[in-house]
Amino acid sequence: MTQLLLLFDVVLLTTLLALAVAAVTSPEPRRAVMLFIAFGLWLSMVWARLRAPDVALAEAAIGAGLGGALMLAAARRAAKREAGDSTESAGDSGAGGPPA
Amino acid sequence: MSRDWSLLLGMLLALLACVLLWVLHGALMDQPGPRLADLAAANVPYSGVSNPVTSVLLNFRAYDTLLELAVVLAALLGIWALGPAVPGFQPSGPVLASMVSWIVPLLILAGGYMLWVGGHAPGGAFQAGALLGAAGVILRLGGDPRAGLPDETMQRWLAVAGTAVFTLVGLALAAAGEGFLTYPTDWAKWLILLIETAATIAIGVTLAAAYVGGRP
Amino acid sequence: MILFALGIWSFLSHEALLRKLIAFNVMGGGVFHVFIAVAYRGDTAPPDPVPHALVLTGIVVAVSATALALALGGRAQDAADHD
Repeated sequence: MTQLLLLFDVVLLTTLLALAVAAVTSPEPRRAVMLFIAFGLWLSMVWARLRAPDVALAEAAIGAGLGGALMLAAARRAAKREAGDSTESAGDSGAGGPPA
Repeated sequence: MSRDWSLLLGMLLALLACVLLWVLHGALMDQPGPRLADLAAANVPYSGVSNPVTSVLLNFRAYDTLLELAVVLAALLGIWALGPAVPGFQPSGPVLASMVSWIVPLLILAGGYMLWVGGHAPGGAFQAGALLGAAGVILRLGGDPRAGLPDETMQRWLAVAGTAVFTLVGLALAAAGEGFLTYPTDWAKWLILLIETAATIAIGVTLAAAYVGGRP
Repeated sequence: MILFALGIWSFLSHEALLRKLIAFNVMGGGVFHVFIAVAYRGDTAPPDPVPHALVLTGIVVAVSATALALALGGRAQDAADHD
């Protein structure tokens, strides 16, 4: 049982670090933001494992959820600005926005 | 920045990380001094709530939380000072619209539950406020340019509510001779609940307004 | 085990300084993780609530700082576009 838990912890931490490195090194903004959201959710899972459910809840809702939504909106604006620079006619179609 | 420089910087930072790790290891392996945990755990029964994290947040370290609300408020004021908001999304299609009309009341209900349950189980004002803020974000994504927020004057009042109620309770207690933010044990639960409710509304409004990203 | 994780974490959090806002948040996550790990007392004992409360306030402050930074950045970009 202890062995199994240890294995679980190792898997959790490895994935967490991989997500963090991927989020930091990803060149494309939107991909980086999505990886960051995944990282935040995974971090909250690790914290739930460390017996900090309050903090895990807050991180999942505020850090990953709202922070991710803010960053996604910013990434979308940046992408739209680049598109607008090339075509000068990209209206606010909302096509770049996330569905939910 | 050239490649050599970034490599050098990476090595220096790795070195710094090793030093920090060594310091942390030393501090943890040392004889642990008196820690606040025992003091906090011993006083939880007198704090009016049974969730230790909430009692630390709203009672033992209430100054921190008050100042933190003020920081959030300052961030919102900074965002508002930067000018009007960018236009929102176009109205959503029927599928998203019907989903929004289901999810937003559920989120508000879940926020209220989080707020109440924070006294004795994981939860509390921040999580509840985050849920309210998320409801606002979803409304804006669904096409409401104001994210379901009331008009400007009301928004200002609501955003200030958390800090104001917190400070007023503290001052009232000080005037009653208890000391700033020192709750009498009998009332502690209700005072904490009052502060948490105001803080929840303020955090929810602030987060949604921050997502809108400009003066209303 | 935990210390090992802490080591990689502090390494990562400093490496991350090279990037901007996401890196900043990852760095904050690393610091929060150190706090939570310090509060952890094994599977049976209840953890220390004081660092938990600190991290909780820290998360909210980090997100508001991020929102402010994003708004500032967008505004600066707009101003640069108008020139």
